[in-house]
Parts: sequence; C-alpha cells; structure tokens
Amino acid sequence: MSVLLVAEHDNLKLKPFTLNAITAASKIDTEVHVLVAGTNCENVSKELVNIPLVKKVLVCDSPNYQNYLPENLAPLVIKVSEKYDHILASANTFGKNFMPRVAAALDVSQVSDIIKVNGPDTFVRPIYAGNAFATVKSNDKKKCITVRPTSFDPAERSSGTATVEKVNPIDIPNTSKFIKREETKSERPQLGTARVVVSGGRGLASGENFKLINDIADKLNAAVGASRAAVDAGYISNDHQVGQTGKVVVPDLYIAVGISGAIQHLAGMKESKIIVAINKDGEAPIFNVADYGLEADLFKALPEFLAELNKLNTIQK
Amino acid sequence: MKILVAVKRVVDYNVQIRVKEDGSGVHTDNVKMSTNPPDDNAVEESVKLKEAGKVKEVVAISVGEDKAQETIRKALAVGADKGIHVKADNYIEPLGIAKILKKIVDKEKPDMVFLGKQAIDDDCNQTGQMLAAMLNWPQATFASKVNLKDKSIEIIREIDEGLETVEVNLPAIVTCDLRLNQPRFASLPNIMKAKKKPMEQIDAKNIGVDLTNRIQQLKVEEPPKRKAGIKVASVAELVSKLKNEAKVI
Repeated sequence: MSVLLVAEHDNLKLKPFTLNAITAASKIDTEVHVLVAGTNCENVSKELVNIPLVKKVLVCDSPNYQNYLPENLAPLVIKVSEKYDHILASANTFGKNFMPRVAAALDVSQVSDIIKVNGPDTFVRPIYAGNAFATVKSNDKKKCITVRPTSFDPAERSSGTATVEKVNPIDIPNTSKFIKREETKSERPQLGTARVVVSGGRGLASGENFKLINDIADKLNAAVGASRAAVDAGYISNDHQVGQTGKVVVPDLYIAVGISGAIQHLAGMKESKIIVAINKDGEAPIFNVADYGLEADLFKALPEFLAELNKLNTIQK
Repeated sequence: MKILVAVKRVVDYNVQIRVKEDGSGVHTDNVKMSTNPPDDNAVEESVKLKEAGKVKEVVAISVGEDKAQETIRKALAVGADKGIHVKADNYIEPLGIAKILKKIVDKEKPDMVFLGKQAIDDDCNQTGQMLAAMLNWPQATFASKVNLKDKSIEIIREIDEGLETVEVNLPAIVTCDLRLNQPRFASLPNIMKAKKKPMEQIDAKNIGVDLTNRIQQLKVEEPPKRKAGIKVASVAELVSKLKNEAKVI
C-alpha cells in the first residue's frame, strides 16, 4: 500500500513544493515513492535520495518529459501507478494540469487541494474559496489527490536511503507542442514560500507605484504579491497574484496595501500568521482579517513605513 | 469550426456563503446565483472567434437543475447559437460531468470545447482535463490568450512561474483563465432574442453514463475564525507592534 508522488522540478532542481507534498504523502503511508519524469534530471533524483521520508525514486529520463506536457506525462503516470493505491501531486499549476487527466483515464474521482490527511481515504479540503472546509471520503479503490503545499511542512533533507529505479518512457501522442516559457526572474524570495509577503492592490493606482511595495519588500526580504485587480489592471504580472485562482500563501507576515479584501483575495492569504492591512477606506473588508490595521493613505504611509524600518537594525533575513 | 462551451451555475462570487448548522453543506436557498466567472470568459472567447469568422457555431451546455437554463440563456444572449441543458437535480462530481460532456461531444462533434478553468463553488479544477483524457484530446489549461489556426490552437497559459506558450492539435480542450478577455454584458434586445434560440433538453439519467459520486462528503464546517485585530493610529505604532508584540520584524 505505497504512495506514488509525482515530483515537480525543472530538470535541474526539485521545486520546493514537492517537499510539502512528500510530507502529505507520508501521512497516508510511510512507503513514499517519488516519480521523476524529465530530461537529464539525474540531479533531481539525487536530491530526492537525500530526503529520509522518500523510500524509492523512480526516474524516467527522456526528451518526452522535458516540459511536462500533460498529454505525454499522464500516460506515464498511469502506467507507473499500476502498483499504487494513491497518486499524489502538488495542487499548483503543475499538478492541477495533469492529475485530472490521470484520474479520468483511471475512472477515479480526484480529491483536489487537500489541507489535511485524516486517514488513507479521508481528507479535508477547502471549498467556496476557503470559506468552508469539507471532510471527504474517497470510495475509489485508487485515489488521485492534489495537495495544497502550504498546509504541510516541507520534508527534511538530510541523508536518506531511498533506492533509485529506472522507468522506461512510453510512446507519446504527439498532439501537443511546447513553445516557450516566460518566467519572471526575481532576486526576491519565492511568493509561495517567503516568510514575509508585501502585496499591493488597485489602490496603488499604477505599475510605477509598485516601487513603493518593492522598496518595503526589499527591506524585509519579502516576496511581492498582488490582488487580482492589480494584475488585471496591468500593474504587475500574473505570477504575483494571491487568491482563489492565484497563489495561496501562508507567510509569518502578510502586508496588504491598497487591497480592499474581496473574498477571492482573502482565500489566498487569510491563513497567514500575522496580517497587516494599510487602506484608506476604514470599512474595507481586509480590516476584518487584519491583526493590525492602519487606516491611512498608502502614498503617505509607505514612505513613512520604509523610514521606520530603516531605523530598525534587526530585520531578520 | 464549432465550439462547445460549458457553463455552470454557481453561488455568485460576491456572496459570503454560510455553512449549514448540521454540517451537511452550505446554504444555497435564496442566495444569488450566477455564471461561474471563468465560464463567462469561455463564452466570450467562443463568441469572439465566431465574430472573427473563424468559428461557425457556438453551442452552450450546462448540467444542473432547471435553473441552469438561465445560465445557458445568458450565454445565448451574448452570442451562442444553441443551448443544451442536461437536467440533473443532484450534485455531480467533475468526473460525472466530464462523462456527460463526452457523450455530448460524441454527438455534437465540436472542434473545441471551452470551459472555465475552475468552478468557484467546489474549487475542483478538474472537468476540462478529465474530458480531455476521456476524449484522448490534447488540452490547454489556464488560457490567457488564444490564437486559433487551421489545424491547431496556440495558447498562452498562466502558470505559477509566469506564462507558458503551447500549441495543441485540434480537436482540443481549452480551459479559460479570468484574464483571457473581458466578458460583455447582454443587451436587452439580445436577451429577448435569446429566448427564441433553440434549447435542447436531456435528462442526465438518460445519457447512459454511471453518475454515482465516488467521494462522500462527511462534514462541512466553518474554517477557524481569526481573532479580531486592532487598528493602529500611526505607522510608528504599527512598526512597534510588529517588532515588540508580534515579533515578526
């Protein structure tokens, strides 16, 4: 009764959310096996071997899997999953893309975005933008599950004892083609895993004004987030969006600036440890979830905030 | 070319839902309902392709109770040509919905199926991908730009790292992101005209697929509430609280 987890990586390195998914997998069964499908991805399997919770690493090295096209990846996962009762992946754009394809081909009803494992067939998942938690029991023999990464601690890396096994690639349908990926490069911490997140909303009024957010973020070694309104308005790129259909973040400190706090935005950040809201509208719903609210004009407050932070010399990296 | 576009009737995105006291679900009686937001984007994109002369027919489909017809009528009012209502009074999981859609695809033979990427009620994000698997078609999920060619479709997808461009052969499944377009409002004359557009009705029971739900909902509860916070009077006070009380900076 072992668990198969599909690793997310960029062929060179493991993506951090796979570590959180490994923890979730280990709560279902201690026999966690991880599939690495990619091209020249031996470094990724080496990383996995050094994670004590991982018992076996299955490597399928082939140009077929370089860009994780779901048409190519799903048939491989299906074949490898024959011996497993549970198939897991992260509930991010990687796992969301291919896992339902695996589930449907196996005639399995997928359990999406779990935040808690109650037992091998019972899980908790948020519905209605996190305004309700549903406890669900899967009656399928085989289970396809995606894991909300921020709800599980990352698995520790040290020295592991996992065995490595090669898996042969299988034929691909040649119905889809990868063209390019435009990744936003940033020196700042990743939004999904940052200790501090500073987010801007429509109140910023322009893309240029995000400099005020960036300055605070740099001072706090924080990631930069945004509301959907700010992304839609073109102030900042889509990969910064926090919310129901964007990223879910759970930092120690979340600072929402000029964000009113629509249900959809709260869905992505309300589990943060400490929430700060800066908004000139004292009635904005963001204040209902904020530990510390400052009713102020952000264009005055942010430069002051930066000046106050500069006075401190204890900023934790 | 022909597009089948799937729409779902859900609790309106502005409604603050309430969990039922007995833990059996959320209150949906007397709650404002509307089209699932990204489904509106799917309809808009289909209609735009028709207006550009690249697509000949747009068929809107919804699975659900009788009132799902309102959601289909809305799609017809902004430019879809025909509606299909698959009547089902109980909740059907994405796997079952995908099975129904497959049967309709087999009959209607569209070149593409457009769907919203995720329904904002059950937040599953599965149906499009599942339908693609059942049809053995390629898929382009989370589309924020669509470029339809003769035998393929080029899609820019929103992914965690930024944007990704893929090209998939037709026939194909496209799931739509909210930034794909700006859905239009239906004009009153078009709402009137939509009432005369054809709407086919089928009972889900007569479709010939097994719709037994595999996932049992044991309990629905409210998430833990945050304790009420405070308002601070100045930036200096905020920084002091963050440093000395919350100890996060």
